[in-house]
Amino acid sequence: MERELADPYTTLGVPRDASQDAIRDAYRKLAKQHHPDLNPGNAKAEETFKAVSGANSILSDPEKRGKFDRGEIDASGQEQAPRESYRNHAEGGSGRRYSRTGPQSEGWSDADFGDIFNSVFGEGQQADAKRPMQGRDEHYALSTAFLDAVNGAMRRLTLPDGRTLEVKIPPGTADGQVLRLRGLGGPGRNGGPAGDALIEVHVAEHRHFHRDGQDIRLSLPVTLSEAVIGGPVEVPTPGGPVSMRVPPHADSGTELRLRGRGVPAHDGLAAGNLYAKLNVVLGAPDEALEEFLRNWKPKNPIDPRQDMRELP
Amino acid sequence: MIGIDGVTGQISGLTRQDLERWIENAWVQPDKLADGYAFREIDVARARLILEMRDEMEINEATLPVVLLLLDQLYDLRRQMRDLNSAFLQVVPRGVRLDLAAHLAAHSR
Repeated sequence: MERELADPYTTLGVPRDASQDAIRDAYRKLAKQHHPDLNPGNAKAEETFKAVSGANSILSDPEKRGKFDRGEIDASGQEQAPRESYRNHAEGGSGRRYSRTGPQSEGWSDADFGDIFNSVFGEGQQADAKRPMQGRDEHYALSTAFLDAVNGAMRRLTLPDGRTLEVKIPPGTADGQVLRLRGLGGPGRNGGPAGDALIEVHVAEHRHFHRDGQDIRLSLPVTLSEAVIGGPVEVPTPGGPVSMRVPPHADSGTELRLRGRGVPAHDGLAAGNLYAKLNVVLGAPDEALEEFLRNWKPKNPIDPRQDMRELP
Repeated sequence: MIGIDGVTGQISGLTRQDLERWIENAWVQPDKLADGYAFREIDVARARLILEMRDEMEINEATLPVVLLLLDQLYDLRRQMRDLNSAFLQVVPRGVRLDLAAHLAAHSR
């Protein structure tokens, strides 16, 4: 992706064959040390914590870890969702809610000055502030329809300050994925570059489609005769309806595959498949069918609940 | 303003019992209304931090009050520093501020 990221094993300081327990312990140890709410005003701790969280999100999940080890994803994985920080609230006026110095803390006494005078402020900070500084990353959320996320779409996002951003939702975007728009965050200071806009995408559920990685699953209603005799049926897919032949003797629950009709290829991943699970629908009462079934003697009678009786 | 279910819905892994106990312990202090609690953003962020400290940093609930006490004092001080800082910028002439900064820089080594 855009930024070179350290190897997550290096970031957590564990060998490549570390157990999941060892990874968890290493993460916890580093989180205790670098959590930004425990290190207010320390930008380095915040950066370290971000890197540590990112590494942990890959290595703590055996599936993602396997993908990383096989080179299927890089160290950036997915961006971490923005975290609500306690320190931003606690340092402002609203932080008085949890003040421990009692009600008099609203005012200032001479004693307070004596306690505090040891730190650098005013010009000290100003001198430092002449350095070029990168602007802050700003976090936004964007809701999108299921098919827009699967197929990709352009969306317009209006920011609280009235600016609008054109956001390209790439095909195959997953729920919770964070899109990074370079240079569209807070302005830089003293000639520093602007920060990035980080947009967390929330994907709405779909009435029929369910996403399973690159594959799409759906339940496909068929009539009794389509199930028994077979025949062509129309199947909705994210790319539009497709005709499919139901084979004869397909039962309720049979899963048919439409190759390549799932989530389109993206980011080096091949297009997924669409799996349609047949669901036989009998429809309105039909006297002829009832009459037939009353007189019907199956050639091979079955007991569909046999398995259930074998349960303890 | 959100209620207790809004908070547990927003923070995965946080149970209602946890949050009610934390309110009882005054670790989280939402506004009390006639028909329940109203949480401000800072209360939600604090509940999330407490949960992280307990579950990810393994600070158990017996030790948490000590950590919160120190943390609250740290933020008290940082707020006071900010107040002091902005008062200085408004009240103290630039020359004095420069002298003060130079003095502090020389003595902090």
